[in-house]
Amino acid sequence: MALLSLQNISRNFGTTRAVADVSLDVAQGEFFGLLGPSGCGKTTTLRMIAGLEQPDSGSIHFQDKDITSLPPERRGFGMVFQNYALFPHLNVFENVAFGLRARHAPKTEISDRVRSALELVQLPGYEKRAIDELSGGQQQRVAIARAIAIEPVLLLFDEPLSNLDVSLREETRGELRELVTRLGLTAVYVTHDQEEAFALCDRISVMVGGRLMQSGEPRELYEEPSDIAVARFLGRNNLIRVMRLSSSKTSDGEFKTLDGGHVLHVSVAREDLAPLNKPVVLAIRPEHVRLSQNNEGAPNVLHGTIREIVFAGATSTIRVDANGLLLETLVVQPDGLRVNQECTVMLPADRLRLLNHG
Amino acid sequence: MKTNRVFLLLIALVVLAYGVIYPNAAVVASSFQRAGAWTLANYTEILAQRIVLESIVSSLGLSIATVLLCALVGVPLAFLFERYTFPGRRLFAAVAALPLVLPPLVGTVAFIFLCGESGILAHGVQNLFRLQNPPWRLSGWPALLLFHTYTMYPFFYVLTGAGLRRIDASLAEAARSLGGSRAFVFLRVLAPQLTPSLIAAALLTFMTSMASFSAPLLFGGNVRVLTLEIFQARQRGDLTMAVTETVILAVISLAALVVFQRYEGTRKFAAATMKGAPRRRVTIASGTARALAATAAIAFAIVLVLPVATLFLVSFAREGSWTTQALPAAYTFANYQRLFSDAYAAEVFFNSFSMSAIAAVAALAWSFCVVTLLLKRARGNATFLGRGGRRLLSLLILIPWALPGTVVAVSVAEAYGQPSWLLGSFVLVGTFWILPVIYFLRFMPLVVRALQASMEQLDPSLGEAAGSLGARAWQRFARVTLPLVWPGAVAGTLLAFVIALGEYVASVLVFVPANRPISIAIASELRDFNLGAAAAYGVVLIVIISISMVIAGKLERLR
Repeated sequence: MALLSLQNISRNFGTTRAVADVSLDVAQGEFFGLLGPSGCGKTTTLRMIAGLEQPDSGSIHFQDKDITSLPPERRGFGMVFQNYALFPHLNVFENVAFGLRARHAPKTEISDRVRSALELVQLPGYEKRAIDELSGGQQQRVAIARAIAIEPVLLLFDEPLSNLDVSLREETRGELRELVTRLGLTAVYVTHDQEEAFALCDRISVMVGGRLMQSGEPRELYEEPSDIAVARFLGRNNLIRVMRLSSSKTSDGEFKTLDGGHVLHVSVAREDLAPLNKPVVLAIRPEHVRLSQNNEGAPNVLHGTIREIVFAGATSTIRVDANGLLLETLVVQPDGLRVNQECTVMLPADRLRLLNHG
Repeated sequence: MKTNRVFLLLIALVVLAYGVIYPNAAVVASSFQRAGAWTLANYTEILAQRIVLESIVSSLGLSIATVLLCALVGVPLAFLFERYTFPGRRLFAAVAALPLVLPPLVGTVAFIFLCGESGILAHGVQNLFRLQNPPWRLSGWPALLLFHTYTMYPFFYVLTGAGLRRIDASLAEAARSLGGSRAFVFLRVLAPQLTPSLIAAALLTFMTSMASFSAPLLFGGNVRVLTLEIFQARQRGDLTMAVTETVILAVISLAALVVFQRYEGTRKFAAATMKGAPRRRVTIASGTARALAATAAIAFAIVLVLPVATLFLVSFAREGSWTTQALPAAYTFANYQRLFSDAYAAEVFFNSFSMSAIAAVAALAWSFCVVTLLLKRARGNATFLGRGGRRLLSLLILIPWALPGTVVAVSVAEAYGQPSWLLGSFVLVGTFWILPVIYFLRFMPLVVRALQASMEQLDPSLGEAAGSLGARAWQRFARVTLPLVWPGAVAGTLLAFVIALGEYVASVLVFVPANRPISIAIASELRDFNLGAAAAYGVVLIVIISISMVIAGKLERLR
């Protein structure tokens, strides 16, 4: 049963549709991600969950109670803001104690809980510090401590790591996940960083242009993006415009590429086969495109020329022009390859994904 | 939440209806009335008088000339002192804004002591060259323009300086790297970015000059300006003329406001929040240029301090000891002793303090009430008032500040000088309360602006964070908003308080024995040739203002 449930919520700012008809469920104990490019409505969705924003339509339920119009202070959700929103006039202790004081908790309980919250974020002994004496990473921890000190029933994160530098971000990411798991909390985490979302979240919803495009486990989203917007947003993808051929069968789809005129076989397990003679898009990850010199005769083998070799440390990206169809492939050892060399690429039939069109 | 807002809006509407809308409407209405009938006769008759036309032209001419002179002095000084560093720079910078904190009447008095025909400079020259008569008279156009330039050039100096500091140095560097010459970069990059500062300075100068009253009164000579005409018409008891001229003055002032703001609205300027490298001051390398700049800095600093120093000196002069000498011959503490022992002086101080305090505290409370209504919410959240409503509200609040003090006083007097349908049988004119009310109306916009600026700087996510942590609306206000905005609010309140303390323009029109303020005492001491006593009042005012400004500055930095 879902702990948190959003049903068809929409929110407009003037004439712009920030969030359009979004529905999603978050289960107890889940680390749930809202992922999407900037301006996709993910932060607005989070703010509606927090009660900082009211949906124009739709409803939000928590533990089966309708909380759509409940003010934020009565929801009991902890929230970590992108800019941390630490109170500059209060010290670390008072910041963390703020929510407890608002609840008129007894003095001893306040000091106990502040201490244990600061220990959890590894800042014991920082109680008396002023906020502007802390580094960005420390401020971030105080913000988390402040949110967990009220023992929230749900923890909301609005891109909490985006103001940290790369190495600190990865370190904090690990700690954050560990902390949430240890406390058995449920979390909703907003980010535009795919890697961050994949590393942290049990389940992710991808939002694009105010709409929720696809939800699933990270691997599922990566391997089987349902449409072009998701495929484009989640890492690199070769997007191939094709037309389904009349010879195509349910188990073995046959498509002709619009660029290059190659015939590709796709093992389409899905019922929603593309209509005939209408352009659709196939996607394949660069790491699944196989580059070789001798694959003659096998299906989905295309002849081409190496146009570019981009060295990027552990792997190199090879750009191949197969008779007008441009494909990217990743190789670990680019030895012996050079630009303008003839080659063949193989697109494994089980790795080609048919994307939703529309 | 919503009911609170409705209540606040109700308060705001009532205060604005009583304080702004009704008085101004009353003045306009009565300028179009004669013996109860609507007519244009007041205008046709008054505008046919040469003297009235002359005063309109004089007011406009004086204001335009003042703007030009102040720009001529203030802008180059700002460039010199903002762009370059040299010995003496800090000395000048420290006193550059001094004239701004002088109450106009005190400044006028100081100027008379320094530059008047029997002042220190004139007597000094007369004695030096053994002249029969004073070498000049402080009177008419040159006197007014000199005084206006002295008191109002800081608008240009301060705002241009701030504008220059705000300009991102990397913009000019980018323009240079794209091949622009120095002159090209100045014209195409720097000047357009300075325009808002210059317009703001010109507007402030123009409005202040239009409202100027003390200087034309005390040494305007035969220059007749509108503020003076209105005052004299009221003194003569010609209320119709006073009211009609008041409307003319108000219309000119508001028209200027609209014209300046429209011009500002036609251009696009860099966002103030843009991050960038500030420009560093250049050290003047050439010896001669350094010496020249240093000399200029010291000379200007002396010129700025001299009137205040003179006031200080004269405040210690024994009454009657300063006749034909350059400097007073005998010194005494008697003037101050009288100030602190005299029952009349004590009463005057008490009046000014209590009336200014009432006005300032009321303005503070009022500000919290209206700023809540004026504030834009973050992230396009619905506001209680729409955009139009907010603009109308801030316009109504701004009107008493934009109008000359003379206009505000005359309109309140006109509206509440007889039993009215708003106040019933209560007549405000002739009571103690008329001045606190006028001070409140004139200076509350300052407090509103200060509080609004503080509130807008407040990161909205702080309140949201407090809400998500369980704090109710009043807890959010008491524990997050108030601790963060009070320094700015109190600084604004102090500013309003000290300006009210030295107020003269409006006070002179409507004061009664029960609320005679300091400025009226200064003017009457001056009329009785008690120069030392007038100066002592002025010095005490300046000291109080200085202390308040230091406190306000400290509070500003607390933000």
